[in-house]
Amino acid sequence: MTTTTPHEPPGESALALPAELLVRMHENMVRARCLEERLIRMNKQGDGYFWIGGPGEEAFNTALGLLVHKGQGPAYDYLHLHYRSSATLLAMGADPVDSLRQMKNTASDPYSGGRNFCNHYSVRKWNVVPVSSPIEVQFSMAPGTAIANKRAGGRGITIVQGGDAGTAEGDFASCLIWVSRPGNELPCLMIVTNNQGGISTPASEQHGEKHIADRGKAFGMRTAVIDGNDVETAYRALEKAMDYVRTERKPMLLEVAVSRLYGHSSASGANLITEEADCITLLEKKLEERKILPRAAMDELRARTTQELLEASKRVREEPQPDGSTLYDHVFSDRDLVHDAASRGNGAS
Amino acid sequence: MATLVQAIRLALHVGEERLGVTDIFGEDVGPPLGGVFTQSQGLRTAWNTPLDERGIVGTAIGLALAGQRPVAEIQFCDYAFNTIDLLKLAGGVSWSSAGDYNCPVVLMTPVGSGIRGSIYHSHSFDAQATRLPGWKIVMPSNPLDAYGLLLSAIVDPNPVMLLPPKALLRAKAGPDERIPGEPDDERALAKMIDAPLGDRTRWRPEWPDVREVFVPIGKASVKRAGRDATVVTYGRMVPLAMQAAASVASEGVEVEVVDLRTLHPLDWDAVKASVKKTSRVLVLNEDTEITNFGEHLVRRLSEELFYDLYAPPRLLAGAHVPGVGLADNLERASVPQLEGVVAALRELVSHQP
Ligand SMILES: Cc1ncc(C[n+]2csc(CCOP(=O)(O)OP(=O)(O)O)c2C)c(N)n1
Repeated sequence: MTTTTPHEPPGESALALPAELLVRMHENMVRARCLEERLIRMNKQGDGYFWIGGPGEEAFNTALGLLVHKGQGPAYDYLHLHYRSSATLLAMGADPVDSLRQMKNTASDPYSGGRNFCNHYSVRKWNVVPVSSPIEVQFSMAPGTAIANKRAGGRGITIVQGGDAGTAEGDFASCLIWVSRPGNELPCLMIVTNNQGGISTPASEQHGEKHIADRGKAFGMRTAVIDGNDVETAYRALEKAMDYVRTERKPMLLEVAVSRLYGHSSASGANLITEEADCITLLEKKLEERKILPRAAMDELRARTTQELLEASKRVREEPQPDGSTLYDHVFSDRDLVHDAASRGNGAS
Repeated sequence: MATLVQAIRLALHVGEERLGVTDIFGEDVGPPLGGVFTQSQGLRTAWNTPLDERGIVGTAIGLALAGQRPVAEIQFCDYAFNTIDLLKLAGGVSWSSAGDYNCPVVLMTPVGSGIRGSIYHSHSFDAQATRLPGWKIVMPSNPLDAYGLLLSAIVDPNPVMLLPPKALLRAKAGPDERIPGEPDDERALAKMIDAPLGDRTRWRPEWPDVREVFVPIGKASVKRAGRDATVVTYGRMVPLAMQAAASVASEGVEVEVVDLRTLHPLDWDAVKASVKKTSRVLVLNEDTEITNFGEHLVRRLSEELFYDLYAPPRLLAGAHVPGVGLADNLERASVPQLEGVVAALRELVSHQP
């Protein structure tokens, strides 16, 4: 299902992706799924206090991670993600073991030093700004990095992503307003990953708008509603959306239908839900039908990755926890603003 | 001689021309108005935002994360309450990411009563602000401190909040509070940098060649030396404390006035040194008294200097009511007045242990 504004040129979203890319996406999706499943197991076994993550969103989030222009500073893309973005991070090149570290809140957790929940990333060298728990705040911050992108004059854009329920927060309205100020339109791709509800509250009970994406139309923004469970639709639509934002330096609102395969979080049990579409199953069907990958190879990939992550989790278990004496570390930064060119941030990595 | 609001404008000018400030923004901050208090007139990087405080703070964070150097404004601190979680996030950027990112935002928001601002436009923000770990909170009581604290805020890699007291915005500099390089004649300065009334489309300021003064964040200033009692205060209450000190001086009581200038990180050494000398202390501010920042000071004074004190440490603050009432009598009954400060000082020095 793809609906677009009347002005949008006809899409290519139905076009098949090259086999090589599909294999690459499949591998990342499987790694992300195995990672989430390992995180869930760790939590259930007491190796971590809380789980929240993105099983069910791997198709779209992998496409995002592959398409992003990765680097530090406003010449590159900024990512304002939320807690379901593991596949994006892995596709960008993150080490899944670091996610295990954050789950186990070890001192070696590179994203927060054992301070934050799992799947709450911060990767300054890739412009991944800190993920935080309050829903939707990233939509209030996105205009700031988008201003920097626009000012830098290159092709860097700001990508901000959140769920459907969160769009009821004022921050979402703030973002619509701030990225579409007449004469000051910003290169910002707003993404709503719609899994049809909040923790337990169905979207249908709270939202009268037909599509969330329609809200963009009132601001003259290009919008699209796509099926994020199909890798090819997701990749093509995202490629097109990013290209539009990069080239036109204007905002766009993209609504993406996704599944939530293990419920909201560990607080709601984190058990597999079989009634919703599984993007990996759908992709594997295509890969088999098109004779790109045999069943056995796909099964082997999953078994191997599961085993690797299990072993890694055992090693992570032995890594030291942060010492209480480090409590006050980094309350204040001593980065030298005036002399540290990197703090202005310009450089690929 | 710059007023406090002109001092802010001069600091912003130095900030954008020499210290890397990229954006000065908020509601009505850009042309034609240049701020509801004139604080951002004539600035090259000043721009108007939508009427959206959360958007202002959020965008400031985004700009800072992207290596820009924003100075954002909330028009009145009374309207900053809906931004508290974003302020918390800004304060938590460095700590939560274990130092990966830092968040060099400067946020200015005018505070306090004294301009007949009624229920809204009179709030204080000291207690709220000091409950935001990761922020540095500065509050000037005179033009030079406003200038120097703002310059220090601009070069600080952390979020810094400047809380200028509204009632002092037009206050003139004292003799030793000149900004180096500003013209001696206040009318000359006004002519150079104050926007004219009416059409301003062609107006450009003529900036005096002011030199940089960095008032260190975290350093108090002893405004008046005395041996009999200490007043620990800041912002709008500093001139009031000085008046009260002058008043009791005629009775032979020598009061030391400590202007904190920075609420966090606090210059505890300065407070301690003064109170160890005088053994009697009054904490003075105009915020509502329950869970007041002064209560924190009183707690530390009691815990750490108990055996140095000749009298219980005292807090004189605003009444715990939802706002400052518009009528004169209501305002006078809400926030500390000269008579009240004088009476508190008399009681403090006459207390016998
Ligand atoms: C401001 C805020 N309110 C409430 C919560 C608690 N909470 C966490 S996730 C969530 C539901 C979010 O739903 P949605 O935005 O659709 O995203 P999804 O989790 O479905 O991806 C809620 C209410 C929160 N984290 N932040």
